[in-house]
Amino acid sequence: MTRLVLSPNIDAPDNLYADLLAAHEGLSETESAALNARLILILANQIGSREVFRAALDAARRR
Amino acid sequence: MTQIFEKPLYPYARSADQDAATPVRHPVVIVGAGPVGLAAALDLGQRGVPVVVLDENDKVSHGSRAICFAKRTLEIADRLGMGETLVEKGVQWNLGKVFFGDRKVYEFNLLPETGHRRPAFINLQQYHLEQDMVARLRELQAEGAPIDLRGGNRVTGVKAHDDHVALSIDTPEGPYALQADWLIACDGAGSPVREHLGLGFTGRVFEDNFLIADVTMQAEFPTERWFWFDPPFNPGQSALLHKQPDGVWRIDLQLGWDIDREREKEPVRVKARVRQMLGPEVTFDLEWVSIYTFQCRRMERFRHGRVVFAGDAAHQVSPFGARGANSGLQDTDNLCWKLAAVIAGDAPEALLDSYDAERVQAADENILNSTRSTDFITPKSAMSRIFRDAVLDLSERHEFARPLVNSGRLSLPATHDGSPLNTPDALPGGPARSRPGAPCPDATFETGFLLDRLGRGFTLMGLGVQAPQVPGTTPLSVADPDDELRARYLGDAPSALYLIRPDQHVAARWANATPATIATALSRATGATP
Ligand SMILES: Cc1cc2nc3c(=O)[nH]c(=O)nc-3n(C[C@H](O)[C@H](O)[C@H](O)COP(=O)(O)OP(=O)(O)OC[C@H]3O[C@@H](n4cnc5c(N)ncnc54)[C@H](O)[C@@H]3O)c2cc1C
Repeated sequence: MTRLVLSPNIDAPDNLYADLLAAHEGLSETESAALNARLILILANQIGSREVFRAALDAARRR
Repeated sequence: MTQIFEKPLYPYARSADQDAATPVRHPVVIVGAGPVGLAAALDLGQRGVPVVVLDENDKVSHGSRAICFAKRTLEIADRLGMGETLVEKGVQWNLGKVFFGDRKVYEFNLLPETGHRRPAFINLQQYHLEQDMVARLRELQAEGAPIDLRGGNRVTGVKAHDDHVALSIDTPEGPYALQADWLIACDGAGSPVREHLGLGFTGRVFEDNFLIADVTMQAEFPTERWFWFDPPFNPGQSALLHKQPDGVWRIDLQLGWDIDREREKEPVRVKARVRQMLGPEVTFDLEWVSIYTFQCRRMERFRHGRVVFAGDAAHQVSPFGARGANSGLQDTDNLCWKLAAVIAGDAPEALLDSYDAERVQAADENILNSTRSTDFITPKSAMSRIFRDAVLDLSERHEFARPLVNSGRLSLPATHDGSPLNTPDALPGGPARSRPGAPCPDATFETGFLLDRLGRGFTLMGLGVQAPQVPGTTPLSVADPDDELRARYLGDAPSALYLIRPDQHVAARWANATPATIATALSRATGATP
């Protein structure tokens, strides 16, 4: 992966979104924040490239 | 143990300069006989440049300070004639353990790269280093090196002039004055020289206190480095344990900002904490306890006319990553050959500006690295703590998270990319690690090591090609380099010529070059040609 993908790329969007919410169900805000942090780090490792990661950060900041 | 702090190593003795009618002028005066000032004295003394070293004290630095000396420092010490002494005395370790909360999350083995004469680092008390440096200085003096070390000489005034520096000095027998063509200020973080010249020292203060305790164990204890994040015996803070020579262990406990310093230092309290760290079955004695805070700051410029700053006087970093003394010795390694060349008339004064450019760059790199370690160890916001803890949690089961754990990065020498002394890289396919500006990586060389074969001046190294004779350089050629040399210096190139500076940084490299091209690069590397 050399460029940040911002076009639709998720196999089953509704299912994936539901998985994400389900993972947070019943967690306190603190636990949720910790889960998100772990998730971001795991996904960051999947991306690997600093350049792509920074592009993702930029996209997230711009909303 | 405490005796070492009390024994005068270079007691005050009256100098003829004190009885002179007018202030005596010396080519170089060094203020401060800490590790950095002593390194400058050894380096210049070995080059035959007369130096006077002034220190208000006459002993090794008090208590526990630096303990971790990096490979680069050992390589510099080799050239100062004392590398072996340090390595023989120092402790080497390979196994590290990381704890988070009440559990060990992982351990790591350093597995250093082979083909280097020196280990990645050693643990050694700073007072041993200083003692060995003074011993080496005595050895050089006995061989006739022009080094004059004056204890009990406190610098009380400094005036910088265009062509010299005037010094006022106080001694147990009263004041006297001296002049210096060049002054090297190695007078530590509080640098009185800096104060006298009204120069700034700006940066960041970290609101934290650290307790250091040196303990001796009465039983076998493994030679490993243990680092704790948020341990039960020091909740919300960190702790570090590693080994020094003489059966002494260094314990570093983070205490936070709002503490009662006197109370924290009480032996019963410290002992109770240490017992929790080591477990109830380990018996130990407290050798030394102190509390310190730290800062990351530097001077804007390290050269001010004829006054040059080095070591803690020029820059201060947090202790994480052991960059204080290690970078200070790189300062003097960078400075001394240049100053010697300027004094000998072989190079213009402007060469000293490259000291400023290169070492400011290195200081920024060190400050960046130690600030990052500090930010990991002591998260500065709720979110940074969440990420820090997430990294540690993941590191237990997932290897990918371990490189993110930052409890201090190994101190590595700076690569001076963009230095005015560099000639643009002309070795297509050459490895990045030995590009112009980089410190030469060591390698096995014939029956010894490469770095030992580089002389005190410029070396012209030919790999797979004969190094030509170029005035001002010493040739070193290898007709058929082995795989290790190829990997470190040739990469995809079949052959190469390297112009290597006296401080073992690469000045230029080519696939091949004429003597005229090499001479131009040499002239640039000595500040003569821009
Ligand atoms: C707890 C702790 C742990 C550390 N760990 C490490 C580590 O593991 N690795 C590492 O590399 N660094 C480490 N450091 C940093 C290291 O100790 C310093 O960077 C190093 O001592 C700096 O050496 P220096 O010669 O520049 O200054 P100093 O050692 O401070 O020496 C300055 C000298 O100048 C003299 N002086 C001062 N004023 C005057 C005056 N007016 N006239 C004459 N003489 C004067 C003093 O007497 C002193 O001898 C650590 C520091 C601390 C506090």
